Amino acid sequence: MGDIQTVEKATILFAGDSGDGIQLAGTQFSLTTALLGNDLSTFPDYPAEIRAPAGTIAGVSGFKINFGSTEIFTPGGEVDTLVVMNAAALKKNLSTLKKGGLIIANSNGFDKKNLELAGLAPHQNPLSDGSLYGYKLIEVECTRLTREVLKDTGLSTREIDRSRNMFMLGLVYWLYTRDLQPTIEFFNKKFANQPSVAEANIKALKAGYNFGETIEETAVRFQIRKAQLPPGHYRSITGNEALALGLVAAAQKASLKLFYSSYPITPASDILHLLAGYKAFDVITFQAEDEIAAIGAAIGASYGGNLAVTGTSGPGMALKTEAIGLAIMLELPLVIINVQRGGPSTGLPTKTEQADLFQAIHGRNGESPLIVMAASTPANCFQMAYMASKLAIEHMTPVILLSDGYLANGAEPWLIPDYHLLEKITPRFATAERDATYMPYARNADLVRSWAIPGTPGLMHRVGGLEKEDITGTVSYDPENHQKMVHIRREKILKVADYLPKAEIEEGDQQGDLLIIGWGSTYGAIKVATQNLRKKGLKVAQLHLNYIYPLQKNLCDIVHNFSEILIPELNMGQLAYILKSELGIKPYELHKVKGQPFLAKEIEEKALQILSCNKKTCTHQV
Amino acid sequence: MSTLTAKDFASDQDVKWCPGCGDYSILKQVQSILPETGLKPEEIVFVSGIGCSSRFPYYMNTYGMHSIHGRAATIATGLKMTRPELSVWIITGDGDGLSIGGNHTIHLLRRNLDVQVLLFNNEIYGLTKGQYSPTSEFGKKTKSSPYGTIDHPINPIALALGAQGTFVARTIDRDPQHLRYILREAVNHSGTSFVEIYQNCNVFNDGAFNAFSDKNQKAETTINLIKGEPLIFGTNRDKGIRLDGCRPEIVPLDGSYSPDDLWIHDPSDLNKAWMLANFFEMPGSESFFPRPFGIFYQTSRPTYEYLVNHQLNLAKSKSTDASISKLIAGNITWVVE
Repeated sequence: MGDIQTVEKATILFAGDSGDGIQLAGTQFSLTTALLGNDLSTFPDYPAEIRAPAGTIAGVSGFKINFGSTEIFTPGGEVDTLVVMNAAALKKNLSTLKKGGLIIANSNGFDKKNLELAGLAPHQNPLSDGSLYGYKLIEVECTRLTREVLKDTGLSTREIDRSRNMFMLGLVYWLYTRDLQPTIEFFNKKFANQPSVAEANIKALKAGYNFGETIEETAVRFQIRKAQLPPGHYRSITGNEALALGLVAAAQKASLKLFYSSYPITPASDILHLLAGYKAFDVITFQAEDEIAAIGAAIGASYGGNLAVTGTSGPGMALKTEAIGLAIMLELPLVIINVQRGGPSTGLPTKTEQADLFQAIHGRNGESPLIVMAASTPANCFQMAYMASKLAIEHMTPVILLSDGYLANGAEPWLIPDYHLLEKITPRFATAERDATYMPYARNADLVRSWAIPGTPGLMHRVGGLEKEDITGTVSYDPENHQKMVHIRREKILKVADYLPKAEIEEGDQQGDLLIIGWGSTYGAIKVATQNLRKKGLKVAQLHLNYIYPLQKNLCDIVHNFSEILIPELNMGQLAYILKSELGIKPYELHKVKGQPFLAKEIEEKALQILSCNKKTCTHQV
Repeated sequence: MSTLTAKDFASDQDVKWCPGCGDYSILKQVQSILPETGLKPEEIVFVSGIGCSSRFPYYMNTYGMHSIHGRAATIATGLKMTRPELSVWIITGDGDGLSIGGNHTIHLLRRNLDVQVLLFNNEIYGLTKGQYSPTSEFGKKTKSSPYGTIDHPINPIALALGAQGTFVARTIDRDPQHLRYILREAVNHSGTSFVEIYQNCNVFNDGAFNAFSDKNQKAETTINLIKGEPLIFGTNRDKGIRLDGCRPEIVPLDGSYSPDDLWIHDPSDLNKAWMLANFFEMPGSESFFPRPFGIFYQTSRPTYEYLVNHQLNLAKSKSTDASISKLIAGNITWVVE
C-alpha cells in the first residue's frame, strides 16, 4: 500500500480507441471529482470519424481533465498521468506527458496486432523496449483481467470488453483517492432496465480499484483537497448545455415560446438534442431539411412572436448568410449560434478554432450590422445565451453568438445562478391604436421598432427584404431614403453599446506594461498565463471581450493604460485587425491554428518575449 | 357571419405587375374568396419568396412577408409551427418554388403543414427578364438558351405527388371560376394544399398555355377533374378516357363506349393521380392526353403543427411541476460551504 501525497492540482489524459468508452470514463471521472469539491476543466478530443479503424492513430479518442484545490481555468498543459488503452493511444499522446509522468497502460493493447496498427514493429513495443525510460509505468492486463472478473456474468466477450474502460477508471480512482459511489449510482440509474450490464460495469470498476490496492510498484497515490470556491450550489456543465439552458431561461423570462431550429452539424448538434427534451418548458425544436431552412423557420417563428434561435457551425453559417441579411432588414429578434470549428470548408469538424469572427461581423452582402458576442468559458455560455436573447428581443435585431468546439464539449463546475435574479427581458410588442395606421418602421429613442405579430387586429402590415421607407416600411428605392436607412440600421446597433456592461480588467492592475486581450474560449489559457507572469513580478493584465460588435464603450480608456498589447487568437489575427481599426492600437499578435486550444505557456512565452524586447526599446515586430 | 368584402383584403398599394399579366386574375380571385372563408384579415399571413408573383403580399391587407428567393416555405413552416391558428399562404413561382426553393417545397409537402401553396407557373423567369425556368419546355429558346434549352422540364404535379403532398391540384389564371373553386377547396383542406396555377407572362412567355386556355382549343386539350365523374372531354363531350388495365386510352363516346365504361375520377387514388399527373404531353404529340385541371389527389394525414403541439402539450401535461430553476440546476449538484 503506497503513501498518499497531497498535490494542488493534476492533469489526467484518458486515451484509447474511439470504441473504448474513453469519453464515458472521462466524464465519470469529472463528475466524481466535481462532487469531491475540486475545481476542474475538461477537454474531450475525439476523431471526426465515428469509428475510425480500431487500434489506429486516427481512431484515438482522448479526454483530458485538469483538477485541483485551486481555481482551474484550462484543461491543463502537460499531463501528469496518461491512461492508454492501446499502443496507438500511447504513441499519439506521449509527447503531452510531462517528464517523469505516470503512464497507466493496458498491456493487452500492445500485442503484435495493436503495435502494427499503431505503425510499430513487433520489437518496438514501447512498454518493453526502453523507450519509456524516465517515465513511471503501471502495466495492467486490463483486457484479460476484465474478462476474468466478468467471466461468470453470462455476458459475451464483446460485451465484457466494453467494461474495460471501467476497470481502468477504477484504477485511476484508486490512484487519485476518488469515491466509487457516484459512478456506481450512474450505472444503476442508466441501466436500471439492464441490471446485468450495470452490475458488470460496477464489478469491473471495483476490480480496477482493488487492483490498485494489490500493486506495489506505484509507491504514491494522490489526494487533492477541496477547492476554495465561492459558496453555493454547483453543478457540472458543458458549453452546449449552458447555451441550451441560457436560451430556455431567456424565453421563460420574456414569457415567450422558444423556437430552436437547426440542421445536424458538429459540434453544435448537442444543443438541438438537449432542447428537444425540454418541451415541458414551451420549447419547440425543428430539425430542418438544411441550414437555410433552419434559419428561415426561425425567422418565421420570430415574425410570429417567439424567441427564435438557430444554431450551427461555420459551414452552416455560410449557408445562412442571405437569411441573416433578411432578418437585419426585417428588424426581427433572432439569435444565431455559431459553435465554431476548424475551417475553411468542412475543415476540422471536431477540432476547435475561432476563425469565424470576420464572417460574423462582415460576412453578408450590403451594409448589414448586427450584434456579435462570444462566450468565454463553458459556464459563461449560459450568461451569453441569455444576454444574446435579451439584446435580440429588446433591440429587435439578429445577434450572432460565437462559441466553439472547445467550449461546447468542455466541462467545468458552475455556481448555479438564481433564475429569479436574472435580468428582466421585455419584448416591445405593438398594440393597435384606434384610427391610426400602424407604422412598422417607427422607432423609439434607441431606434428600435416595435414587434407587431400576426393575429393582432389593426396591425396588418407587410415586411420584406426590399429596402424600407423610413417609418412606413413600404418599399422604397429612393436614394436619400436608402442612405438614411443604412445609417439608422448602423446607429441602432451601435446604440446597443449603451446597454452593455462595462469592460473590466479580468486579472491584474488597471495599468501596466502589457495587456493581453482575448475573446472567446482562450479565456482560461490567457488567465493562467497572466497569473503566472504576475507571479514573476511582471506588470501584465488580462482583458477579455464577450462583446465584439458593438465594442464596449470604455475599451479605449483601458487599453491606453498599457505600454504594450498582445492579442492571442486561434486564427490569423481577426480580433487584432478589428481592434487596430476601432481603437487605433498597435498590438502584438499570437496566432495558433492547429485545431487545439492555447496552452498557457505558449502565451507566457510570447509575453516574455515582448516584455524583454520592450526593455531594449526595439521596434514592433509582430 | 362575415360582412367583409374583397376590398377589405386589398391593401392601399398600387399593383405593379405588367399590364395584362396573369397575376392580376389570381390576386382578384384570392381577394374574392377570402370573405367566404370567415377569416379576418389579421388572421391571415401571405409569405412569398422572390419573383414577379412574390410581390403578391404587398397587395393584400393582411400580414405578409416578401422574403428571399426560394425560402418562403421555410418561413411559413416556422410561423405555422408556432402559430397554428393563423391562416398561412405561400406565394411562389416556378423558379422560386421548384428551382432555388425546390428542396423546401419537397419537405413542406411531406411534413404536411396546413398551409396553401399557390405556385404561379409561367414557365419563364420574368423578374430577371426572360431566362428559361425549370418548367420551360425542352428546346425553348430564351435569352439564356439561344440554341434552345437542353433541360428536361419538371412536372410540378408529379413532384408534389412524389413528395407525399396531401392536396395536389392544377388550375389556370384564365378560368376565374375554376380558380376560385380550387382556392376554396385548398383553404378547406387540412394539410399542405399544393395548387399549380398556369399563369400567362404576356411579356416574356406570352401564350405559353394558349393550348389549354384558348376557347377554340381547350375543349379538346383539357379535361376537368371532378370527383365521382367520368373523364369526358371534347368539343361535343364526345370523348372519354378509360383504363385498359393500367393503361389509359382515349375512346369515342359514339355508341361503342358509354360513360359507364370510363375512368371515374377518384382523388383518393394515388396511383390514378400519378397517371393523371403524367398526362403531360403537348397537343400534337402521339401520346397526347388532355391536360387535367382540378384536384388530382387529396388525402388526410395529421398536420405537422398538430403533431408538434400535441407533443408539446403532452410533455407539459406530464410535468405540471416543471421548474426552470430545477432544469438549470440539473440532476447532480453539490454544495460548497
